[in-house]
Amino acid sequence: MKSNSPLIKIFLGLYLVIFFGYLLGPLVIMSITGFNSNGFPRVAPWECLTFEWFEVLSNDKRIINGITNSFIVGIGTVILSVVMGLAGSLVLIQIWPKLRSTYYTIVIAPILIPGVVLGISTLVFWDRINVMLGFSSDSFLHNGIFQTILGQSTFIASYCMLVFVARLQRFDTGLTEAALDLGATNAQAFRKILLPFLRPAIASAAVLAFLASFENYNTTTFTFGKFPTLTIELAQKVRYGINPSISVLAFIIVALTIIGALSFEIYQRRKQLALANGAPVGSVSGNFQLPKFMRGNPASIVLLLVALGGFSSIWFANVYSPDACKVEVREQKRLIQQEQIEAIKQQQLLRQQEEAQQGPDIFSPDNSLVPKTDSEPATQGGGSFGNVFAPQNLDEAGPESDAKEDAGGSEASTTNSGNSTFGNVFDPSNLDQ
Amino acid sequence: MKDGVSIELQDVWIRFGDFVAVREANVHIDGGSFFSFLGPSGCGKTTILRSVSGFLDPSEGKILIGGKDMAGIGPNKRPTALIFQNLALFPLMKVWENITFSLEVQGVGKAARRKRADELLDMIALTGQGDKLPSELSGGQKQRVAIARALCAEPDVLLLDEPLSALDLKLRQHMRTELRQIQKRVGITFIYITHDQGEALTMSDSIAVMRHGIIDQISDGEAIYDDPATPFVASFVGENNVFRGKVKSIDNGMAVVATNRTGDLRCRIGTAALGNLQTGDDAMVFIRPEALSIAADATDAGNHIKALVINEEFEGLAYHVFLEGDAGKEIKMSITNQGKARETSMNKELVLEFNPEQAIVLPFGELASE
Repeated sequence: MKSNSPLIKIFLGLYLVIFFGYLLGPLVIMSITGFNSNGFPRVAPWECLTFEWFEVLSNDKRIINGITNSFIVGIGTVILSVVMGLAGSLVLIQIWPKLRSTYYTIVIAPILIPGVVLGISTLVFWDRINVMLGFSSDSFLHNGIFQTILGQSTFIASYCMLVFVARLQRFDTGLTEAALDLGATNAQAFRKILLPFLRPAIASAAVLAFLASFENYNTTTFTFGKFPTLTIELAQKVRYGINPSISVLAFIIVALTIIGALSFEIYQRRKQLALANGAPVGSVSGNFQLPKFMRGNPASIVLLLVALGGFSSIWFANVYSPDACKVEVREQKRLIQQEQIEAIKQQQLLRQQEEAQQGPDIFSPDNSLVPKTDSEPATQGGGSFGNVFAPQNLDEAGPESDAKEDAGGSEASTTNSGNSTFGNVFDPSNLDQ
Repeated sequence: MKDGVSIELQDVWIRFGDFVAVREANVHIDGGSFFSFLGPSGCGKTTILRSVSGFLDPSEGKILIGGKDMAGIGPNKRPTALIFQNLALFPLMKVWENITFSLEVQGVGKAARRKRADELLDMIALTGQGDKLPSELSGGQKQRVAIARALCAEPDVLLLDEPLSALDLKLRQHMRTELRQIQKRVGITFIYITHDQGEALTMSDSIAVMRHGIIDQISDGEAIYDDPATPFVASFVGENNVFRGKVKSIDNGMAVVATNRTGDLRCRIGTAALGNLQTGDDAMVFIRPEALSIAADATDAGNHIKALVINEEFEGLAYHVFLEGDAGKEIKMSITNQGKARETSMNKELVLEFNPEQAIVLPFGELASE
């Protein structure tokens, strides 16, 4: 359905922009922050284009360790889930019709159970088993990788099963019978007929299982033991403060995903195109031919651009040095700070002058300050929250004229000590040190 | 060429829960013959085939192949090969791999398999097509590949489950002759399942006609057609005009039946009914459309049926004339096309006659539903 009304077109365009913005915006923003030299992942203010976070990431032992663990767990989960899912789906197809719905409910239940519950139960269950078998507490049953694989597989196997069932429903059991009739054993019929038929489903189930395992947090968080996966590491990092190296990791994952998805799409399209043109099967399923693949395929050009972009950015990283830029930014910051300090000093001066002229005023900030006798504790208390909550603020005594001098001084100290609330981490002046 | 192996079904019953799919089947199939099970869908013929090939065990009775009891022997151990209704070619394997699958599971090397595949491809006139996928073949080619695949296993018995039903008419007729030739060439026993009486009659040495799990008649094609054992066989195989009535008199293998609407008809008693048909019994008279003709002399003592022509169809080989007899009785008559001027025309009153030998009297029974 196409409408020519410009209004509808505008709305449609707007809708698409919002839709994709919502979908992809966070990824884009996060990727960009990975190239900003700012110490906290942010786009604005943009400081310097930098690749230092790649280096920080590659030197981050915990992240690297997390990725390694994630891969080990992922591969283990893929193997276990695909096998269990396949077995489960075969049973579902062949079970007596009366039992089928009950069986289906049972095997599908893990998907519906919250991941945390699965995680806790995995932990408790294997601990019990361990105790029952009389193993020590450092046996393999308590191993983080072992438990994580089992815990994740409990529900990922159900996903795999669904993938297999969808494919199996299109399987002609006559093929298995034909194989048996021609003298094949049951094992041969399974291996030579059913498995090749299921190969695409096995591939998609494996990808699905790996991704589900890689991104899993809520089950893993109970079972990882001494082997934190990437998600666990990231979560812990967020708790202790992050830097843009995480954005860089996100960027790498996003880029790999896009490249993988694009090349798969290109391959599929090429195959379909060739089949539609009546090409022999051998030439389609055969080798990767670059010249043909480049021809008339916009997606391939995109892929090429992405690859070129990748290479050129690596080259750029080697040639371009953000150091000069950084020095400049630092200098700018220092100047801004100085200006700010100057401005504050000016303000103080002004205020003192005004006070001298106006006399006491209940509502002026100076009244938050205390009579002379209490001024010393006030100054100390100012260390935390700028004295806003200081108890002394509540008892307002009539200000005396000579208290003003001290008041002015303590005001200045509050301003400064107010910054110390967060240990001066965000104090711009620290950057110069 | 192998010697065919005989097959014996002894008192075979096959039940699925309360449902009886096959009732007391006793069949002897000669080695090297082309045997057909003919019947409407749901009559249990495929069930018999599956029990012979080993996919299901009979609830009672024995199946012997070459005199050997097959109880407990799986389909992959029996000397049978089955050609499935949908052919069940392996879609992911090339044609030559399909054909030599039985060798592959025996562990025969690739070169030997390829050689054997090429021989068989020659035999089924698909030389050089071995590297295609089944999906790239036409219906008739797939059919031949399925036959080659079954023959590659060198079975003693080839079982065919309505293999031609998916083909168009011309191809089906062509494949009939081809199948028969292949059977004569390889000399093994063929068991053929079909609901198409034409296929059964043209190809078979023997035919078993089945109804609701019961085998009504086992004979060669001519006997089935000319001397049906039951009203069901008479009405299922070929076309028949049916006249219901009561037996009036019996003498020397002939009976006079007082039909409800057409008067007295004198006809031969079916061989199967000889001796158990008594005067006064309910009976049915079956007269083939081609056995009817226009009476030369309407006044002699023979069988005469008066009817009015209400419709005519021309089928090339013959004219089919639809008539209405007394009390609205519908009658069909077929006249061979001999290029002569027809004596029939719309709304003309005719007197028909037939040879009593070509009309069969059988005890009252169930007809094949249309």
